[in-house]
Amino acid sequence: MRVTVLLFARLRELAGAGEIACDVAPGATVGDVWRDVAARHPALTPFAGAVSCAVNEDFARAGAAVHDGDRVAFLPPVSGGATG
Amino acid sequence: MARLAITRAPLALDALAGELEAATRDRGEGCGALCTFLGVVRATHQGRRVRYLEYEAFDALALKAFERIDAEVRGAWPAALLALHHRVGRLEIGEASVAIVAAAAHRADAFQVSRYAIERVKQIAPIWKHEFFDDGDAWVEGAVADPDDAAARAEARARACA
Repeated sequence: MRVTVLLFARLRELAGAGEIACDVAPGATVGDVWRDVAARHPALTPFAGAVSCAVNEDFARAGAAVHDGDRVAFLPPVSGGATG
Repeated sequence: MARLAITRAPLALDALAGELEAATRDRGEGCGALCTFLGVVRATHQGRRVRYLEYEAFDALALKAFERIDAEVRGAWPAALLALHHRVGRLEIGEASVAIVAAAAHRADAFQVSRYAIERVKQIAPIWKHEFFDDGDAWVEGAVADPDDAAARAEARARACA
């Protein structure tokens, strides 16, 4: 099945694309999609523990299942710091 | 205008405040306090001179994050009303990136809601700041957004009510 991966901000710059088609096995999770994308774009790998995820414009956990046609977004840390 | 928005247009704080005040009257008792907040583009960052900023958002999810913040505010301050607009795209020094208005019967709640809202925006809204300097550029990265993180939410509440 195929999902569309959305990347934002620095992840988008590192991968060189904001939208990537990704073929994954049935039963795949958000985490599986990340590993597939990071394997193809190794520059993303350092962000493995520091991304938020969303499926179809809702926040999701790495263990959430994805389905054919889903839009899976990976978000680098947001801008808010201790003092902003 | 919508109370919650991601926009490429310049922010209109006075208009937002006026609409929110009118909304409190439409709803019933009106408000006695309007607390307004503007986040603006600062000319320096850690000693470096900033030329301009670019804000990028995941618009659909950012709006949902705003709706979540609004719901949290309704839960904690049932009588208050919140308006929250964030601008994206290129912003020059001194321009406003975020506008918040909190309306309440009395000032204590209005100040608290305003502060709570900006703290939560910084924690969970998928909005990224890209700073451009004379000699380079940098993404500003802070929190890993997790709306369900109860500790972060409690921290925002503590800052708001300090």
